[in-house]
Amino acid sequence: MSDVMIEARDLTKHYGPVTELKNATFEVNRGEVVGFLGPNGAGKTTTMKILTCFIAPSDGTARVAGADIFEDPIAVREAIGYLPENTPLYSEMLVLEYLEFAGKMRGLSGEALPARIRKVVEETSLGDVIGKSIGELSKGFRQRVGLAQALIHEPPVLILDEPMSGLDPNQASEIRELIREIGRERTIILSTHNLAEVQVTCGRVLIISQGELVADDTPEELAARAGKPRFIATLRRNGHSAAEIRAAFSSIADAGSVAEHDGAGPNELVIEVVPKGSQDLRADIFQAAVSANLVLLGLEQRGENLEDVFRQLTTAGEGVAS
Amino acid sequence: MKHILTIGGRQFRSYFNGPVAYIVICIVMLTLGFFFWKTFFLFGRASAREMFRWLSLILVFALPALTMGLLAEEKRTGTIELLITMPVTEAQVILGKFLGVFGLYAVLLALTLPYPISISTLGDLDWGPVWGGYLGLVLQGSAVLAIGLMASSWTNNQLIALFVALTLSVFFWVLDKFLALLPTRAASALEWLSFDYHFQSMARGVIDLRDVFFFVSVIIVALAAAFRALESRRWS
Repeated sequence: MSDVMIEARDLTKHYGPVTELKNATFEVNRGEVVGFLGPNGAGKTTTMKILTCFIAPSDGTARVAGADIFEDPIAVREAIGYLPENTPLYSEMLVLEYLEFAGKMRGLSGEALPARIRKVVEETSLGDVIGKSIGELSKGFRQRVGLAQALIHEPPVLILDEPMSGLDPNQASEIRELIREIGRERTIILSTHNLAEVQVTCGRVLIISQGELVADDTPEELAARAGKPRFIATLRRNGHSAAEIRAAFSSIADAGSVAEHDGAGPNELVIEVVPKGSQDLRADIFQAAVSANLVLLGLEQRGENLEDVFRQLTTAGEGVAS
Repeated sequence: MKHILTIGGRQFRSYFNGPVAYIVICIVMLTLGFFFWKTFFLFGRASAREMFRWLSLILVFALPALTMGLLAEEKRTGTIELLITMPVTEAQVILGKFLGVFGLYAVLLALTLPYPISISTLGDLDWGPVWGGYLGLVLQGSAVLAIGLMASSWTNNQLIALFVALTLSVFFWVLDKFLALLPTRAASALEWLSFDYHFQSMARGVIDLRDVFFFVSVIIVALAAAFRALESRRWS
């Protein structure tokens, strides 16, 4: 098997006159964790449903683990562990019953079934609720049951539609940790609109907007591409006026623009320096503060974050295609 | 085949985790008891004919309540997505669902066995019509279940599924009740389409392959329609 686990070619989906997805083309390699980002209704879920053969694209095709979604949907489904949006589970079943059902549907039987169930229960920490009915579980536990059923057959590919939505921060961080753990050996596509999530969990980001893929890059590259870094220094005034202080920093050779505003205390001033290029100005700012006899209380480098990029790409109408 | 059994088994067990199965079983047994014993001693005959006559009618009304949620509820809650994206075909899902509800129906039928057994202690019961009646109930009931499954595949609202299934099953059951109003040729055609006509012929204890063929055809057509509806989701 090649290293390309998911290969989407020109995926297009029309619902009547509405185009949900337009020529989405991308590849995901073995072992990659890819974040699928986009506003609601952008086409993330549609793409995932196509990859899992729940719906067929109007145009284009895709291969998952070497199998074509039209020619061999069963092989595609066998290779995928899927967690649909909102984790639809049979709420009247017990957790254990449900995992047994999922395991059997995935072709497990005999000794292998209880062994695999034990393994996923351990991985997803479901031990305490195994005898409870799914309807009684908290959202976090439901999500884990969803992940457990997706993992039960050790699929090479995992497709997770909004695995973190609706969870409180503690639950979210547990699930995130779990996904990172799982992602060491598997190919994962997960969709989310939580950008912080992507920055921690994913090695690559696909941004989709109005059915079109507008970016495909690492979170760092995306952030870097969208904007220059900024340096933010907090200073004690020591009697100097704001204008004097600004002048002291404007003299830095690579400084492009300098702006100031009041800090937390009456004696504090915050200076924001944007370099001309993408130079690291931290040392220069320190030097400038020292030679102007200012006390540097804090210094911070801020890249433009993914959130800005996201907004830029998904509201501009047409994105900065890579 | 394994997938069909797994889906069917899950469906069968899930009936007993909710109220619907118990309610339907209770109502069927109570209504049957009421209508049957009301007249049984009046006739003073050791025959199960009346039981089958009532049961075939009661089931036409009761069985759609078992099928209404089969697919509609899975579509409403979204669980259909997890089911279909497992390595199964749509046909396996349909057959599994049918098998699951049929299992419950078999339990229901088994619960009526005390009737012929107790009748046989009261007099000399002719078992031929009893087995014919049960075969007829199995076939007619399966046809109603298949129609219910088909109705359930058309909507994600259980009540609509129930209403459509009831309308269709009752329609096919009463078809031969108004024949006197129609010209002969139309009448015999309609009679042939009627559930009760074929059922009554089997309940006499004569197994005519044409009756079996009729019910099996209805089952196949309804299941095929359910399959088409489930599959069409991919292309919509």
